[in-house]
Amino acid sequence: MHFDGDHEMNKQVLLGINGDESVAYATKQVNPDVVAAYPITPQTIIVERYSEYVADGEVDTEFVAVESEHSALSSCVGAAAAGARAFTATASNGLALMWEITYIASGLRLPIVMAVANRALSGPLNIHNDHGDSMGTRDSGWIQIYCENGQEVYDACLEAWRIGEHPDVQLPVMVCLDGFTLSHTMENVFTLPDEVVKAFVGEREFIEVEGHAGKTEFRLNPEVPLTMGPVDLQDYYFEHKLQQVEAMEYALKVIPEVDAEYEEISGRSYGLLHPYMMEDAEVALLGLGSTMGTVRYVVDELREEGVKAGLIKMRVYRPFPSEALIEAMGETPVLGVLDKTVSFGSPGGPLYEDVVTTYYDEVERPLVADYVHGLGGRDASPKLLRGIFESLMEIKEEGSVPCKVNYVGVRA
Amino acid sequence: MSEIKPGWKELPRGAVSTKSSRDYETGDWGISKPEFDREKCTKCTLCHFFCPEGAISIGEGGYPEVDKDHCKGCGICAEECPVKCISMVITK
Repeated sequence: MHFDGDHEMNKQVLLGINGDESVAYATKQVNPDVVAAYPITPQTIIVERYSEYVADGEVDTEFVAVESEHSALSSCVGAAAAGARAFTATASNGLALMWEITYIASGLRLPIVMAVANRALSGPLNIHNDHGDSMGTRDSGWIQIYCENGQEVYDACLEAWRIGEHPDVQLPVMVCLDGFTLSHTMENVFTLPDEVVKAFVGEREFIEVEGHAGKTEFRLNPEVPLTMGPVDLQDYYFEHKLQQVEAMEYALKVIPEVDAEYEEISGRSYGLLHPYMMEDAEVALLGLGSTMGTVRYVVDELREEGVKAGLIKMRVYRPFPSEALIEAMGETPVLGVLDKTVSFGSPGGPLYEDVVTTYYDEVERPLVADYVHGLGGRDASPKLLRGIFESLMEIKEEGSVPCKVNYVGVRA
Repeated sequence: MSEIKPGWKELPRGAVSTKSSRDYETGDWGISKPEFDREKCTKCTLCHFFCPEGAISIGEGGYPEVDKDHCKGCGICAEECPVKCISMVITK
């Protein structure tokens, strides 16, 4: 996971940049045809930097300064339908305003890439990090990648194009980075040379479809007209939704393939999820995003103290990597799930529900407890995570889960 | 409508239309069709431009002609005709 000094390192340039700048820099190297975006904290730096690249003539991109996020994603839908590579970025209420169009982008099978600098949703007003925004779109048919650090952000912003545009996938991809924790934090990021990125992302691939005017590439072309997103009623809509289900299943195969190819040029790969110290783990934490970096620190501490702790960082949340999760878990008896969002009135957080659903029919399954943490940017400190591990160890000793959903780091 | 529709594996990706709107005979939605009195018609072509379905074309001699497979019988042409040469005739 961490850069291990692979020989390719020599070719890479180490930059001191924050998460938003990692997105902008990677996207600059991809040089998409259209970027349509509206600034919103903590994503603003992405569009600021990108508009500078445009102004400085470093990219060929048509930059569309729209009046809202609804228009930002709508512009990307139009551009992608016309055959362009289209990129946007947003956060929080901006993503909420895009919600209608997120379903249209995936339903029309348009491989748009969007960075989401995860931020709590209003109200009350909060600009800091949790996953409420992207979790609200988890059923929208987008692939979702959650990043742990700035390096992963850069790498994911390159892989995303190849994943989404794969002929078997043809879906939009959301690259999620924790607001401020990643978006505004300067880190060392290894960046590939422009030509290496260019060769890796190549040109957008088009599948062939048979429209009313005959066989054609899947893009709007006046020579062979195509109608996208028409009225699709009781007799067709269901079939098209099943195609999206299939595309998500294909994505589970395609993502590791693209990731392996990326490893060849960068020395870095991430897979669908990343287990750490799981071989003999007795208690483990599963989660998304930057919190997992702190969990790794705590796992190292606990290991030094003789506690068999481990972690699984889930990088790809949609499609949900159930098989990979079961494999990574092995015989680990107790699993804590870190949900950085709250799902009001539900049996638990979304990640917890997916984990429990994954295991319901398994004969061997761990005891699972949910830990809702970090809402509105509340710090997920090593002390807090250590407390969670202690509670997992109690669950292991008692052989039962006293409280399924725990809200941690909140004042009583 | 007894046509056999393709399953999800056969349908093209991207929810693209496999047919043109010309292939859908929406003319059977309506209950009336326009008839043109060529004695009164001045060939102004306003009916052609007002037709929301594009179902009125200008044919032989410059007179309007209706495409009955696509005319929904809304009557806008008859309403707008400045010389009132169009009458809507109930067909069902």
